[in-house]
Amino acid sequence: MSIAAKFEIEYLQYLDQDGKETGKELPAFTKDLDHMVELYKLMVSTRVFDAKSIALQRTGKLGTYASCLGHEAAHVGIGSAMRREDSLAVSYREYGAQLYRGVKPREVYTYWGGDERGNDYADAPAHDFAWCVPIGTQCLHAAGSALAFKIRKEPRVAVCTIGDGGSSKGDFYGAINVAGAQQLPLVAVIVNNQWAISVPRRIQTGAGTLAQKGIAAGLPCIQVDGNDIIAVRAAMEIALERARSGQGASVIEAVTYRLGDHTTADDARRYRGEQEVKDAWERDPVPRLRKWLEGKGMWDDAKEEAWKAECDDWMDNEVNAYLETKNQPATAMFDYLYAELPADLEAQRELVASLDRKS
Amino acid sequence: MAQITLIEAVTQALAYEMRNDDSVVVLGEDVGVNGGVFRATQGLQEQFGEMRVIDTPLDEGTIAGLTVGLAAQGMKPVAEAQFEGFIYPMMEHIACHAARMRNRTRGRMTVPAVWRAPWGGGIRAPEHHSEANEHLFTNIPGLRVVMPSSPARAYGLLLAAIRDPDPVIFFEPKRIYRQYKEEVPDDGEALPLDVCFVLRDGTDVTLVTWGAQVKECLEAADELAQKGISAEVIDVATLTPLDFDTIAESVTKTGRCVIVHEAPRTAGFGAEIAARLAEECLYSLLAPVERVTGFDTHIPLFRLEMKYLPSVERIVEAAQRTLAAS
Repeated sequence: MSIAAKFEIEYLQYLDQDGKETGKELPAFTKDLDHMVELYKLMVSTRVFDAKSIALQRTGKLGTYASCLGHEAAHVGIGSAMRREDSLAVSYREYGAQLYRGVKPREVYTYWGGDERGNDYADAPAHDFAWCVPIGTQCLHAAGSALAFKIRKEPRVAVCTIGDGGSSKGDFYGAINVAGAQQLPLVAVIVNNQWAISVPRRIQTGAGTLAQKGIAAGLPCIQVDGNDIIAVRAAMEIALERARSGQGASVIEAVTYRLGDHTTADDARRYRGEQEVKDAWERDPVPRLRKWLEGKGMWDDAKEEAWKAECDDWMDNEVNAYLETKNQPATAMFDYLYAELPADLEAQRELVASLDRKS
Repeated sequence: MAQITLIEAVTQALAYEMRNDDSVVVLGEDVGVNGGVFRATQGLQEQFGEMRVIDTPLDEGTIAGLTVGLAAQGMKPVAEAQFEGFIYPMMEHIACHAARMRNRTRGRMTVPAVWRAPWGGGIRAPEHHSEANEHLFTNIPGLRVVMPSSPARAYGLLLAAIRDPDPVIFFEPKRIYRQYKEEVPDDGEALPLDVCFVLRDGTDVTLVTWGAQVKECLEAADELAQKGISAEVIDVATLTPLDFDTIAESVTKTGRCVIVHEAPRTAGFGAEIAARLAEECLYSLLAPVERVTGFDTHIPLFRLEMKYLPSVERIVEAAQRTLAAS
């Protein structure tokens, strides 16, 4: 028998669910323990931010919101490995990555609170894409960004994130396929949280791993424990370096679990069992890194308490800024439609302005 | 100066802008070595290399999504949809992203891209190669929908489309790709977008059209002239945003209007023009507005396609009806 092709998918994990090292030699970045503490702190603040968002929604101060509970290691791992000049194209719950890159909680609230200005980042890179609700389309925007970087010979990388459900979309394959064909500086990360609203991972595909979809595009691919930030960050660093040095794209599958509902408009109890969620909490990424840091003497209860208090203050400040934001005038719907408002739309804009003055 | 066809004018505009702006890239299926199935990108890869004239994988969604990403990062991509009937997989990226990126980021990120597509029927092509579907795009805010009808306008409008800071859908009426030649100086002079072109002055009736039907309308105007009827012919050229003032001015003068387009009648772009005339020019009208359009059917396979497309005869009859009304 002759074999046309065969493949295997490496699985990467450095910390087990109790925060114990699995024995694999830790990557170099973990030696900077202060930085590891920074990563932990952002995972905690992301969780505090997320809880605050849900509270805002439940009290009528925010529209539908997509929670990131349980994804903190995956998201912070992705964001922290990137450089500022790289471009990030997310779906809609990768707050850990975005906060690391300078997106403000008030901007997240503003967007989910029904105001486009949330997408006009003050501090985050202007070349990062805004939240992308049409599933999977952001992958091709990242591939196009990567193509722009390649054409201009810039040492920059485009990163896209997508869910397990999103990896079923043609746009995901289109993106990794063209990235393979053109050797684009792209890193495609599938954040596999097991659930696409109510549809479980097993119904999405017959493939044994989602990482192996990269094989069909000719790309190196790896599956990592998405609740182990060291594994996520390590895989990202390798893939980013590969892309930056002109060696092309990669696919990373970060295996995690959506501990919350899909969005605040969803009730996951309708379609998944309590035991499964209980088991998933055992693999919670946040205490995992905390235990490891405690073992290194870098963290303790007092620090935890102090940091959470700081996060609370931060979020209160952000929430206040958000709640104080006045609505845009109704004419704002015209003002960024084109670089200059076409003459044919002036009458419509004037009508809206006059209605706005009356109300 | 050499005389060139409409398709050659497209190539000339692409080459001009690629020479003068490094950020302009062309991408699509078969646009490279092959120069496009209609030869619109003939010779461009030789001149500008594989990184600026990019043969993509055969996936329209990929082409459209790459185009959004390229433009968002400061390039000026000109994407080709090989035929307008294959543009549908691109629509998600056009409608959900290109058209709204500026708006949804409050101007932080923009998509200054062009989607070119050979458009319309009448070349005895296979199924899905002869559609008139511009009306599916004219209803999308944030886009410009442009359709040239002569070599000179193809050159000037395509330059304008590439230079425009917002996304443009550029439909090229393939039936008249090689209909005739004219002198088109390669001077880099763009024509204005958002402006209708009055191709022929007249006093009795206004024929409003775009794309390949400009040919039939000009022929109809000749025939009408022989019958003593003076027809004004307007090439809308940029459908959205619409220069309604030019149309209104003409119809106010003539009091009669015949709108001609290939696309199906119901909710075609002619319906918008007719509605605007009813809203804004009713008291100047001497006769009901007429529409000569494709029918509310699929364009038939090519044995019957000329029975579907508006003919000179139908246009002349419609114009005569408006004259008979008053």
